[in-house]
Amino acid sequence: MNIAKKFRRRYLVKGGIHPAPMKSTASFVIAPGPAPDGVIIPLTQHVGAQCEPIVEVGERVLVGQKIGDSGEFLSAPVHSSISGEVTGFVRHPHPYGHEVLSIQIASDGKFELSPGVEPKGDPFEMSPEEIRKIIREGGIVGLGGATFPTHVKISPVQGKQIDTLILNGAECEPYLTGDHRLLLEKTREVIQGGLILKRAVNAREVVVAIESNKKDAIEMAQEVGGELGVEVISLPSRYPMGAEKTLIKTVLGREVPSGGLPMDVGALVDNIGTCYAIHELFYKGMPLVERVLTVQGDGIAGHANLRVRIGTLVHDVVEFCGGMVGKPGKLIIGGPMMGLAQHTTSVPVIKGTTGIIVFRGETFFSREPAHFVCIRCGRCVRRCPMNLMPYAFGAFADMSMWQKLDECHIDDCVECGCCAYVCPTKNPLVQLVKVGKEGVVRYRKKMGSYQEED
Amino acid sequence: MCATEKRWDLIRRRTELELRSDKKNIKPEDLLTISVSPHIQGRDTATLIMLWVIVALLPLTAYAIYVCGWSAVTVIASSIVGSVSAEFLIQRFRHVPVSIGDLSAVLTGLLLALTLPPRLPFWMPLIGGVVAIALGKQVFGGLGHNIFNPALVGRAILAISWPKYMNTSYLVHPKAWAVNTAQIKTINAVTSATPLFAAKQVRSGALQINEGTYVKPLLLGNPWGAIGEVSALLVIVGLLILLLRGIVDWRIPVCFVGTVVILSSIRGQNPLFAAFSGGLMLGACFMATDYVTNPMTSWGKVIFATGCGVVTYLLRFHSNLPEGVMFSILFMNGLTPLIDRYIKPRPFGHSKRSIVPAKEASEQ
Ligand code: SF4
Ligand code: SF4
Repeated sequence: MNIAKKFRRRYLVKGGIHPAPMKSTASFVIAPGPAPDGVIIPLTQHVGAQCEPIVEVGERVLVGQKIGDSGEFLSAPVHSSISGEVTGFVRHPHPYGHEVLSIQIASDGKFELSPGVEPKGDPFEMSPEEIRKIIREGGIVGLGGATFPTHVKISPVQGKQIDTLILNGAECEPYLTGDHRLLLEKTREVIQGGLILKRAVNAREVVVAIESNKKDAIEMAQEVGGELGVEVISLPSRYPMGAEKTLIKTVLGREVPSGGLPMDVGALVDNIGTCYAIHELFYKGMPLVERVLTVQGDGIAGHANLRVRIGTLVHDVVEFCGGMVGKPGKLIIGGPMMGLAQHTTSVPVIKGTTGIIVFRGETFFSREPAHFVCIRCGRCVRRCPMNLMPYAFGAFADMSMWQKLDECHIDDCVECGCCAYVCPTKNPLVQLVKVGKEGVVRYRKKMGSYQEED
Repeated sequence: MCATEKRWDLIRRRTELELRSDKKNIKPEDLLTISVSPHIQGRDTATLIMLWVIVALLPLTAYAIYVCGWSAVTVIASSIVGSVSAEFLIQRFRHVPVSIGDLSAVLTGLLLALTLPPRLPFWMPLIGGVVAIALGKQVFGGLGHNIFNPALVGRAILAISWPKYMNTSYLVHPKAWAVNTAQIKTINAVTSATPLFAAKQVRSGALQINEGTYVKPLLLGNPWGAIGEVSALLVIVGLLILLLRGIVDWRIPVCFVGTVVILSSIRGQNPLFAAFSGGLMLGACFMATDYVTNPMTSWGKVIFATGCGVVTYLLRFHSNLPEGVMFSILFMNGLTPLIDRYIKPRPFGHSKRSIVPAKEASEQ
């Protein structure tokens, strides 16, 4: 049984790549980040509706005070991460590339806590509804980068029961080590947070899934997990092991149907950082106002794992770590495989910022959006974790053949970048997929297939 | 309020500076580069792959030159010159970037030369190289767009246009290692000197040979064939290099050679002789595995290679041709688009059967 499971985990989950891990910060203790002069808190930091500001310009706000909220279900409130004065509402550059309405707060340097920040009581006495409500008020979203509001994820859906909660400690992206450090330093808190979620969704078991290259974290988790009745699973180290669908397939052997949710196969995946934030919320009362991120790359003087206040400008974090070295190259928010390259350092750290990676101008790599040349080597097909045909996406998107793209199931692509990573002719496959997805949406609108589907 | 304002001013100035300060003074190298993810890349490039294939062919080429002498050097050199210059001129003519630096034309030239007999006059490989690139590759639109293996297209056209040269330019007095003179004499007694041709005559009753005695020369130094057929062992060495580098899929050579061996031994041929004679090893390891002209998926590759094997067997045993490897690969190249159309990977989460219902799965 166990051997069969191990075999399945190693061999039956197809695709994936083995990029150089570059996790030199894995041994760096999480340090407090910079104390910013001021912060810029975007009102959209999550999947879903934008928040409305609920403070006035000139008002004094405190750490942990709610400053923006929305009436929509699919949304999460935002909180002030410093104490100080609201100086304005501006459209400010956002890591996702556009300008977003944001609240500027100038610090008074005191970091005074809001009176609302106090322990919420024993979560194991509460009903699932109460837990969900507190999680929503705490502004908790998925901290692995997807930023899907957690209270939505754990809301029950008619006829669907979650039996297994997977705490995702895979951290398969190269360079990033924040979750690894959290697992080492805050093992108990992380697992406690997981248990709170377990109670909220009434799951039967909790498993912590950690990639086998983090031996120390696995041992720690096994020790604490044994006490708390949580199973620890060692995953093969391979990118994208931490992608939700791949992770569920690896751990449970269940395949999330195309277009479906993990809930459809009775699973729920939550990130290590999210669990820690939930623990902080219940036992300290602190809403999501800071997160752990990794600063890495050859273009920055100091490398670190930092606890950074949300809204701190990336510029401040970079200066805090000693500033950039060499010619400016690339500044990436997130990991190098799926992260977003930024055109300016004045974007703020948001809830989904897993890392800040700077590459030097001398060494960075950039894919030229040149002509699509495919030598049909088939590597992209072999590596695609979703079992798709990336070369076809590239070719069809290059020729604007939207219908063909639709037939090739382009919607199932998770944009993990494995295909573009291995492509020997360096085709910008993910870029072409993004172009293709948009084209397909336009094509469907034109063909009116939306109405047909209803 | 003064202090607060000052602080805030700092932030704003910083931002403004980066965002909108006199943009004209910013030099491009001071800017950050943006692009779509991923921001790191694997090590392999197309050129590197071509280079590794050429490296894998080098032991074979070197030994062939040792066995066949200067005539082989002439053939190899003129074939490479022909294909590279054709690529250069055609790309110039089409006003597209000249890509001879990616070594694919060099590889085509080398592969073509290895399928030719060693004593051709120099102009034939030259024409072959030009034709391989022009009709085999550039007419389709260059690298990656061709349907047929360019080297084999070149060879096929030479074989059809000048059959006399192609059938008689083999060595008469080879100095191969590990082959005794008596065997050479037996073979030289027949008009055309490739063992497969001899085998054909055996079937027709014109000649008596013992196939088993040829296996050793075929492996170590076969003087009666094309340049690249001198040693099956060195072809296998090349294949191992490619397999270790992860460049070719093992399925193609294994299925191709496997099919031919099984079918031939059913017909009573010595299986080792079937595997090592003629261009089978070279074709299965270096021609059929050409990325561009074989299917993308693993099962597609199995079908492709098995098809090649079957056609090779049919041509060897039921046609007038002495050898069928070239035409079988070209034939299956033509079927590749069809195979690719029907054999597709099952996208993740798309089959009803594979989804284990939650309840059932948790009870396992
Ligand atoms: S980016 Fe999309 S197509 Fe490419 S490997 Fe990932 S899932 Fe497959
Ligand atoms: S990896 Fe690149 S060259 Fe190879 S098949 Fe895919 S798109 Fe073509």
